[in-house]
Amino acid sequence: MPQLTLLEAIRQGLWEEMERDPRVFILGEDVGAYGGAFKMTEGFIGRFGEERVIDTPISESAIVGAACGAAMMGMRPVAEMQFIDFISCCFDILTNYAAKSRYRQGIGIPMVVRGPCGGGVHGGPFHSQNVESFFLNTPGLKMVEPSTPYDAKGLIKAAIRDEDPVLFFEHKLLYRNPKIKQEVPEDDYIVPIGKAAVRREGRDLSIITYGAMVYTALDAAEKLLQEGIDVEVIDLRTLMPLDREAIAESVKKTSKVIILHEATRTGGMAGELTAIINEDVFEYLDAPITRVTSIDTPVPYAPPLEEFFLPQVDDVVTAARKLAAY
Amino acid sequence: MTELTKTQQLDLLYFMRLTRALEDRLDNLYKQGKIVGGLFRSLGQEGTAVGSAYALDKSQGDILSPLTRDLGAMLVMGALPREVFASYLWRASSLSKGRDQNIHITDLERGFIGTISPLGTLVAVMNGVLVATRMQKKKTVGMVYIGDGATSTGAFHEAANFAAVQNLPLVIIGENNGYAYTTPTTKQMRILNLADRAKAYGMPSEIVDGNDVLAVYGSARRAVDRARDGGGPSFIECKTFRMRGHAAHDNQSYVAKETLEQWRKRDPIAHFEKELRDKKIASANDIDQVTQRVDSVLEEDLGWAEGQPAPAPEDALGGVYAEG
Repeated sequence: MPQLTLLEAIRQGLWEEMERDPRVFILGEDVGAYGGAFKMTEGFIGRFGEERVIDTPISESAIVGAACGAAMMGMRPVAEMQFIDFISCCFDILTNYAAKSRYRQGIGIPMVVRGPCGGGVHGGPFHSQNVESFFLNTPGLKMVEPSTPYDAKGLIKAAIRDEDPVLFFEHKLLYRNPKIKQEVPEDDYIVPIGKAAVRREGRDLSIITYGAMVYTALDAAEKLLQEGIDVEVIDLRTLMPLDREAIAESVKKTSKVIILHEATRTGGMAGELTAIINEDVFEYLDAPITRVTSIDTPVPYAPPLEEFFLPQVDDVVTAARKLAAY
Repeated sequence: MTELTKTQQLDLLYFMRLTRALEDRLDNLYKQGKIVGGLFRSLGQEGTAVGSAYALDKSQGDILSPLTRDLGAMLVMGALPREVFASYLWRASSLSKGRDQNIHITDLERGFIGTISPLGTLVAVMNGVLVATRMQKKKTVGMVYIGDGATSTGAFHEAANFAAVQNLPLVIIGENNGYAYTTPTTKQMRILNLADRAKAYGMPSEIVDGNDVLAVYGSARRAVDRARDGGGPSFIECKTFRMRGHAAHDNQSYVAKETLEQWRKRDPIAHFEKELRDKKIASANDIDQVTQRVDSVLEEDLGWAEGQPAPAPEDALGGVYAEG
């Protein structure tokens, strides 16, 4: 099996779905002739033609609106946001049209809106955001964020085959990171939406996280092991709907929880996860739930500022020590 | 343009009268407190809605997305008065099962996609419908309605430009009815005609008397034919007037009495009936028969809708995702 980067794995998944199903098509800015700003769709237009790989104007509402209409008519559109930050430009069409269509008119919108998210590449306030919280309060959408190449391929395929609109977040720091390259089967498989994965088994406390922070958590876990703290790392993989069973399972086992995410703190995923844990397994907790997140500011550009903004391995280690001693 | 037969012209009259009489009944139901939320009338704009939709060809799978003031367009596509009553009266058997209001109802088979309240969005959605039918090798034409107010939305600009660049078979019906809620067009834009916007997208446009149903039909038909022949999108501005407030709660105090009086003299239904009689296309008896047909359909359909049950409270659950 070939070793693939996260980006190559997503590309392979997209390509295979395009080959498998003539209803699948791609639209977005610079996705055709240029192959996308991150080269995700390089070579696609040559194979599938410009009717199925559509270069669009800089018009996120028009892009996702077109994806909605096409999905209603039986197609399987995959819309690219050049950077996921720009998804704010089509907030209305996603939250008011795509998310509500099945409920109010009985018509599903099987559409994927995908794009690069996350910081750590000095992209500044408009090329570094994590947008999941903007949409967490919108029933009707699904949200996925893979952290490994294997999952990325399986999840993009699952997202395309899903009957509902899926926002697919790809952490750009992981796109070409050679350290996370992984053997990815060349055959057809899916990773189901709605299922978390245990990345590391542990007894003492659970770190619940997703995206690039999975690796921050794993690095922290290595350090903590030297101090005798045995950490479990849960990779959510799907942010909506959440895998409540997997979360409860881990909490029951360790009774102490850190929720780690790269998005900012207030109103972030951690708040919702905390509420779910309280509702489902409060009696198993031995300590307050701890949040490790970015600070409540826009994502700053200058390297020292951005490093301060983002959760670091040491931040997780410090929080874990405190929690373990509670 | 194909000349319309007598039967077709009486069809136009039927749908205009049906629209008005249906809305008259809705008005009564609203006053009786049976309709909750808002009631949006198309009084005075029936010619625009009916004439434009009539230019579509259902046998080609043509599809439209109306605004709340395009009830007539939905009726032309085959929406039934009972469905409109059931929706306004929040019955469990309405097309939205009581989950959405007024004429936000959809049936892709019959070719109508209900609008949503944020405006301009459906222009973008209709583009996607046409991207799909193009890939499916169909000759479908899409028609979408936009009010004077909504031509200022970002979604409208993005979608009109997208349709032009992609050369989609789209007909945009611009309804210039003088007001966006309370704001006159002079405070919405610095151009006199909505059609001027079309130039910026490289899109052909026409300006038509929106209260002349035959003129609207003719203009829409040219645009539909051009779209089907690969000529891309068009914009048709229908100059008309909103003869009621934005919704039932709005007494339109901001509109001059003289303005309303002038437009009342140009009522699209009275105008068309006179034309039919003057040109000896239809007799007074023909016209009476249309009215009788309208009344009997509405009586039956309203009776049906009022007999339908309301949704159970727990029907609010489910249907958000495919899995239930």
